[in-house]
Amino acid sequence: MTEIPKEEFILKCTSACAGCPSTLILRYVLKAAGADTVLVVPACCTSVIQGIYPNTAVNVPVYNVAFAAAAACASGMSEAFQKAGKKTNVIVYAGDGGTVDIGIQALSGAFERETDFLYICYDNEAYGNTGMQRSGSTPIGARTTTTPGGKVHAKKDLDAIVAAHNPSYLATACAAYPQDLFKKVQKALTLRGSKFIHVLAPCPPGWRFSSEMTVEMGKLAVRSGLWILYESEFGKVTINGPSKAAMIKPIPIEDYLSVQGRFKGIDRKAIDALKSQAEQRAKHLQKEAEGIC
Amino acid sequence: MLTIATGNKAVAAAVKEVKPYVIAAYPITPQTEIVEQIAEYVTSGELDSRYIPVESEHSAMAACIGASITGARTFTATSSHGLLYMHEMVNWAAGARLPIVMANVNRAIGPGWNVWAEHTDAFQERDTGWLQVYVSTVQEAYDTTLMAFRIAEHADVILPVMVNLDGFLLSHSMQSLDTLNAGDFVPPLHLPHAIDVLNPAGYGTLTGPDEHFRFRWEIEKAMRRSRKVIAETERDFAERFGRSYGVAEEYRYEDADVVVIAMGTLGKEAEVAVDLLRNEGVNAGSLRIRWLRPFPDLDLSGREVVVIDRDYSFGFGGIIAQSLMARQRVDLYSVIAGLGGQEVTYDDIAGFVRERRPGTELWFGVNGNV
Repeated sequence: MTEIPKEEFILKCTSACAGCPSTLILRYVLKAAGADTVLVVPACCTSVIQGIYPNTAVNVPVYNVAFAAAAACASGMSEAFQKAGKKTNVIVYAGDGGTVDIGIQALSGAFERETDFLYICYDNEAYGNTGMQRSGSTPIGARTTTTPGGKVHAKKDLDAIVAAHNPSYLATACAAYPQDLFKKVQKALTLRGSKFIHVLAPCPPGWRFSSEMTVEMGKLAVRSGLWILYESEFGKVTINGPSKAAMIKPIPIEDYLSVQGRFKGIDRKAIDALKSQAEQRAKHLQKEAEGIC
Repeated sequence: MLTIATGNKAVAAAVKEVKPYVIAAYPITPQTEIVEQIAEYVTSGELDSRYIPVESEHSAMAACIGASITGARTFTATSSHGLLYMHEMVNWAAGARLPIVMANVNRAIGPGWNVWAEHTDAFQERDTGWLQVYVSTVQEAYDTTLMAFRIAEHADVILPVMVNLDGFLLSHSMQSLDTLNAGDFVPPLHLPHAIDVLNPAGYGTLTGPDEHFRFRWEIEKAMRRSRKVIAETERDFAERFGRSYGVAEEYRYEDADVVVIAMGTLGKEAEVAVDLLRNEGVNAGSLRIRWLRPFPDLDLSGREVVVIDRDYSFGFGGIIAQSLMARQRVDLYSVIAGLGGQEVTYDDIAGFVRERRPGTELWFGVNGNV
């Protein structure tokens, strides 16, 4: 087992919902990153979770910035720290809306420029802070307040977009596997250049499941193969343990969908689309891991 | 050192003199020459700055914000659509109390595409909490850019400053330029709220009405204090380098019965018109407003005023004319001229004075008095 530091950077006074995956993820991110870290946070649930001025529940400096601006803001910060001879970690901590939708231009620019930073997208597959509207990251078939009949378009393939920028490190993680997340953050921060970690964040109020089920929901996502844990270091892909097992023998995706209110009434066509996307993704990653493509 | 340069190159030369840690750059006509020249400086090693070639103006200002909050001196330049595209972050920079300096090369806003001089771009940012200054010569562009860093970073101000120069008319005009060894004229930046990992804080966290309101008042207080800082900076600049401009530059103003008020290059053109009019026996003078924010306190009592606005607020009027009328009772003739780079000569300006009709508004070359 990886030794995880006892030091806490998330204090016991957040305004997060019960069972919040974002807070759980950030807790381990900061344990891995340590005190010499600055977070850049665009508009997202974490903007609120920190608490209300003049209080903050995060014990590293947090720079809150406009929705579309996180990666660019981090670029400036990273360059300024380097110019001052500081080795402070600059970490963007952004939701899926701020990453796959409104923030994607700044993200692309920062990665193209090989900005020395770590970008973490915690993905609860909708605009959670504003009450669960669809985002580009919402999966097909999921009900949100702006897709009351279920989303008709597929989830945007964020990882493929980021991979196209040839980052020094790219990984997926999940709130249900904190050890795996911790190791990935640690590894990312040892590398220079642009690093990216995409973390699945099962959201109890948004996905409509009971708040003690967050970890279980993350595990179901991985076991069903709908979320694959892998990492890519300078383009070399490794599929991580839990997903290796899931690729050999996945549980039916219905086991994952049926326990979430957002998929209530999902039709066969959307389920088949989800299945087919998961299978294609698994095949593609397996080939990459074997060095075939 | 005496040389010749364009307005754009003068701005770049001043930036080189104050050595920002971080410069974010995105091209747009007619500003591009500034970021090109700075890229040359950085590539040749003449300027030891981090140069971030961002993918948009929104990101240019965001990158400056990220750099500035670490305590680093920062600079960027833009124009027109670029300025409007970064509008959200322009607000953010002032709200976050970051002393970023930006050159804005004034240009009209589309549609249709028009790359020539107009002040409407920067005027749309006038309520953001930035200090704004408008220059009229290459030398003034250089001197004012130097002063802008000192004013922005002054402990009594800590607000961003936008240096405005007219597209092409000044950005691309070659004039003589005396570059300076600024020495300690611009002291090192000390940002009181710079990020410190040893003393972690939340920046821009969720803020309730009472605190938000108080922060707005702090911006206004800083804006008011900046008047004194501008005056002190001008005075010290004059003592060290022998040139001064003032909040508004007066020309044959003291005994003038009729005053032409304009900004940027039109303000310089007005001085020639004043000479023409004086030769005709008209007791004319001119006032070139340099600082739009903080807005100058001008005493126009007892004079007739002709205001030339190279801008417009639809459904309201020429913004300078209306601003002056809001502050004092003044017999004012409002001329809208030079939009989209329309040519306005000193003869035209003299004509505005000769044919003035106080209380009315003229759209020069488009419509009679309306």
